[in-house]
This record gives sequence, C-alpha cells and structure tokens, in this order.
Amino acid sequence: MLKRLFVALFAVTLAGPAMAAGGDVELQKRDWSFSGPFGTFDKAAMQRGFQAYREVCAGCHGMKLIAFRNFSDLGYNNDEIKAIAAQYEVQDGPNDDGEMFVRPGIAADRIPSPYANDNAARASNNGALPPDLSLIAKARGNGPDYLFSLLAGYKDAPEGMTVPDGMYYNAAYPGHLIAMPQPLYGQDVTYSGDADNSVEGISSDLVQFLMWAAEPKMEVRKRIGVAAVFFLGIFVVVSYMAKRRVWADVH
Amino acid sequence: MSATQFKSPVVRWIDHRLPVFSMLHHTAHDYPTPKNLNYMWNFGSLAGLSLAIMIVTGIVLAMSYTAHVDYAFDSVERIMRDVNHGWMIRYIHMNTASFFFIVVYLHMFRGLYYGSYKAPRELLWMLGVVIFLLMMATAFMGYVLPWGQMSFWGATVITNLFSAIPYVGESIVTLLWGGFSVDNATLNRFFSLHYLMPFIIAGVVVLHIVALHRFGSNNPIGIDTKGPQDTISFHPYYTIKDVFGIAVFLLLLAMAVFFFPNAMGHPDNYIPADALQTPAHIVPEWYFLPFYAILRAVPDKLGGVLLMFGAIAVLFVLPWLDRSPVRSARFRPLFRIFFWLFFVNAIALGYLGGKPAEGIYVILSRVATAWYFLHFLAILPLLSMFETTKPLPKSISEPVLGSPGRVA
Repeated sequence: MLKRLFVALFAVTLAGPAMAAGGDVELQKRDWSFSGPFGTFDKAAMQRGFQAYREVCAGCHGMKLIAFRNFSDLGYNNDEIKAIAAQYEVQDGPNDDGEMFVRPGIAADRIPSPYANDNAARASNNGALPPDLSLIAKARGNGPDYLFSLLAGYKDAPEGMTVPDGMYYNAAYPGHLIAMPQPLYGQDVTYSGDADNSVEGISSDLVQFLMWAAEPKMEVRKRIGVAAVFFLGIFVVVSYMAKRRVWADVH
Repeated sequence: MSATQFKSPVVRWIDHRLPVFSMLHHTAHDYPTPKNLNYMWNFGSLAGLSLAIMIVTGIVLAMSYTAHVDYAFDSVERIMRDVNHGWMIRYIHMNTASFFFIVVYLHMFRGLYYGSYKAPRELLWMLGVVIFLLMMATAFMGYVLPWGQMSFWGATVITNLFSAIPYVGESIVTLLWGGFSVDNATLNRFFSLHYLMPFIIAGVVVLHIVALHRFGSNNPIGIDTKGPQDTISFHPYYTIKDVFGIAVFLLLLAMAVFFFPNAMGHPDNYIPADALQTPAHIVPEWYFLPFYAILRAVPDKLGGVLLMFGAIAVLFVLPWLDRSPVRSARFRPLFRIFFWLFFVNAIALGYLGGKPAEGIYVILSRVATAWYFLHFLAILPLLSMFETTKPLPKSISEPVLGSPGRVA
C-alpha cells in the first residue's frame, strides 16, 4: 500500500483532471453581486435559489451544515423561518419510551439530508455519491463560476466521444463525463413574481444561495474588513510619521 | 545597570529582588544597535509577532475544535458558522500561517544577502534554521487538523516519506500514524504536537535572541560596529521602526483575512477527508512547494527524501561553506549576482512544486534542484576563494558621513 500511495505522489496527473476548474474546461465568467471588497449577497436571488435547491436539487443533495435559523440571512423573519422548518420532517429521539420519532422541523434544526447515509445515496444513484452542497461553492476552484457553468454545461458530446450509460457530457466538468443527469432545462421552478426562470436565471439564483451557504459570514467579514483596513491605513501613516520624527536626529 | 534608574518605587523594589525590568530594559531599550539597518531588518520582529498571533488564535481555536476523524471537519465549520467571530479567528490563524512563512523567508534571504550567518553569528543562524524546521513541522500538522481532503492526503504523502529510510522506515511511519494508516490516532497525535510545538519554537526564539544580543545585529555594510558613534539605542529608534513595520504587516494581513481569506488555501480542503478518493492533484501548502519540487525531482524515493532534507541540512553548514571574510553582498560583486540567481531559482522551485510532475516540469525541477545545491556546495566555496571583493569602509559612520546622499 505504501508503494501505491507513493506512486500517487509521483503520479503523472494528466489523466486525472484537477478538481479545480482549469485545463480544457470552459468556465463562464460572471459578475456576481458578492464579488469584490464591497460585494453583498442578493437576498431575493438567495430566496429563489433556496426554492430551486428545494425543488430541483434536494432530492439527491443534502445541505447538512445549514440550519433553518440561518435563513434570517436570506431575509426571512422568524415566523417565516418557523413555517419553512415546519414543512420538513425531522427525526428526533429517543423519547421516554426509547423510540425514535418524527416531528415537524423547528428553526434550530439543520436541513435534513435526502439519504440516511452515503451508502444509501450511492445505492440510489448508480454508485455515484451526490456531494453535500453546504460548502460546494468553496470546495471547487472558482466555485461560483464553476457551478454556474456546470449547471449550464450540458451539451451533446463532441464527435467521436463515447458517453457510457449513466454518464452525461458536461462542458464545464473536469473530464467532461458527469454522473449527474442534467438538472435544469428552464421553467423548472415557478417563481412568484416575474423572476427569470431560464436555465441561466435559476443557475444564477442557485449560485447566490450556495455561495451564501459556503460563506455565510461574508458580508460581516467584508464590513469589518473595510473598517480594519481604514484603521490600519491610518496606523501606517501615523507610525511612519512618528518614525520619521524619531529618526530625524540620526545620521 | 542598577535598579535605581526606575522611577516607580514598586518597580525598583521588585527589580532589586527579581531583575526582570533591568533585563527587559537591557534587551529592548539600551541595547546598542547599528544605526544603518535598513527595512530588511524588520522581519525578525514581524516573525515574532506572527508567532504570537498564531499562539493566541490557536489557543482560542482549540477551545472549539474536536480532534476526531468523525467530528474534526464539522467542528471547524461550527467555528466558521456558530462560534462568535470564529470565522475571523480561524481566518487570522490560516492566513497568519502563510504570512509567518513569507516573513521568515524574507528574514532568511536577508541573512543570506548580508552574510548574517558568518562568524561570530553561526549559532544564531543555526538556531534560526532550527526554528524554520520546527515551523514546517508545526504548519504541516496544523494543516491536517481540519481533516479535509488535502489534510488527509497531504498527511498520507508526507508521512510516507519516512518509509524511505532503510530498515526502520516502516516502523517510523507506523509510529507517526499510531496505527497502520492515517486515521484517528494520527489526527490526535498531530493535534497534541501541533499544540506543543509553538511553545518549543518560542523557546528556541529566546535562544535565537540571546545569541543575537551576544554580538548585536549584523548590518547592511556587514562590518562590526566600532563604538558608540556607530550605534543607536534600540528604543526608541528601532521600536518605532518596528511599530511601523508591524502596521504595514497588519494592514496586508487584514486585506488577506477579510477580502481573500482562502486565496492561499486549496479548495479541496473544504471537502471532508475521504480515504477512498484520492484528489487528482495532491499539493502541499505553498510554503512547502520549493522543497516539494526537490523531492519530486529525484526519480528515486529515498534519494528524493534525502535531497529534500539535504536542502535544509545544507543551511546548517552554510557558515562553513561560505568562507569569504566579507559579509555583505554590497562588497561582493560576483556573490551578489549569484545571490539573485539563487533567489530566482528558489522562486522557480516553488512554481515547479505546484505543477504536475510531468514533461518539461520534471526537467526544469531537476535543473533548479541541481542549481540549488550547486550554489551552496560549489559556488559559495569557490567564490570565497577567487572573488575579488570591493574595499570595505573603515566604519559604519564613515560612509554615512562620506556620502550624505546615500542612506546606508
């Protein structure tokens, strides 16, 4: 085994596509509202993204790090959060009789995952494991652009490429053969209001939601960052002036 | 120094019995320092600050971290999401680790350029190399703790290096793992050691400073101080200069922490460790990349490991490889050229360490590795024999007075 592991170290990695986007994959660069030092999340888009996650993705992908109480970040108030949570069934227990029981979700619960464990997930998906999406936007290189490109990347395989059964061609996926069937075709979700529910529109909403899920403290982080950089910028100037003054009599 | 110079009677009373105030006064106030130090001499205090930041944030992180393969990843996410300002503490810890290495590498290159390793400062330099080694071990084990994919596979690859040692290699690996694979026992001992080693580093830092204060700082001209006209007291001159350096350092650190917190990390480490799925491209943290390139440049496993450790071992004997009596590169025209070649070569090794070991990258890694060793083992000894150095100034004060336009 040691030898095999060491081979992995020296392995020529041409065959194995990097997890980080790159190489021959096509990434669509988009301007995201959360980019840059002053970027913020788009709350309405995140709410739509959650709706799309729930109606399209949640059948296979869990988000086990996210609790319903976190949805205050999406702009929901406490009553709305309680109502959303109550739509889920959560296993709890054991009760006083030692039995596990199912009850409606509360704000403190995390989003229940679709499968009891990884083996159950693989068994239902031809052996492929649908990854948990809580951190997916940070767990891939250029996460937001990659996810957007992936969702919109289903195309016919190029001439001469054989796509095995249970696999699909995707322009953005490293290696181009992905086990996930095309999830979005447009009009997959009915939004209240007139929001764009084309493949691009839904993908964009999902990316907003997933980026928030991966980095929920981003807005406060950048806010503190602006203050910190402002303060330290003044500190730099003042300490430089003090240094000049102290050193004036040397030489 | 007598205790009577302190104004406060309480301080005087304590200092008479326990002379900590005199000691501090002596090391950080009166301490005579060459007056011509440039900004390259700021990185020692910045390294000390980095160590302090790492220890403080690390202790706080340990309060909410769980060293168990089933909980480690989620406990880190708990810190990121639910602990008050936990995201900030973790991002400061993560990014200061990188900044610590940036600062220490600059500190080392400064020592190389100005010949700070030469007599009588050989032990000072060697203690620095010890600190560097301890830092690498600490950083490696710290990177394992979040138990993401790169944590797990990095730990697997690096611990496996020791299996190359003849006869005892396999036993050493089993000892490192605490079992027969990288698993819970490995994570636990890494956490234990990761918590211990910073304090060992702090101890060696004390020795490093004791050795420094024996002969005082080297300086850009590289000649000894000849008397009070060449020196100024550490306080206030270098304390305020260090404060300015710290301000710049903190500003850059804040930009990384608050705006690009994951830029120096790897996305794969946000995927929980999976022993059944090897990442396509296992890379260590950026600060290990030059050594990783040397490791992979050799087609033989034991040879690669020996060369990688040799790359650091050669630093230990550097004071005896470069025998030139002239310290500073300012007066060594040929050495200066080779220094910059070495610098570019080191950057190239770092770049190559991050590339897949294939095709042209392998060849370039081999050339760069050969150059690395050639620099220390052949060029420096030859230079010290054949190089014609420029005449040295008589004292530090002289060039300053002689050429007022030039800030030495």
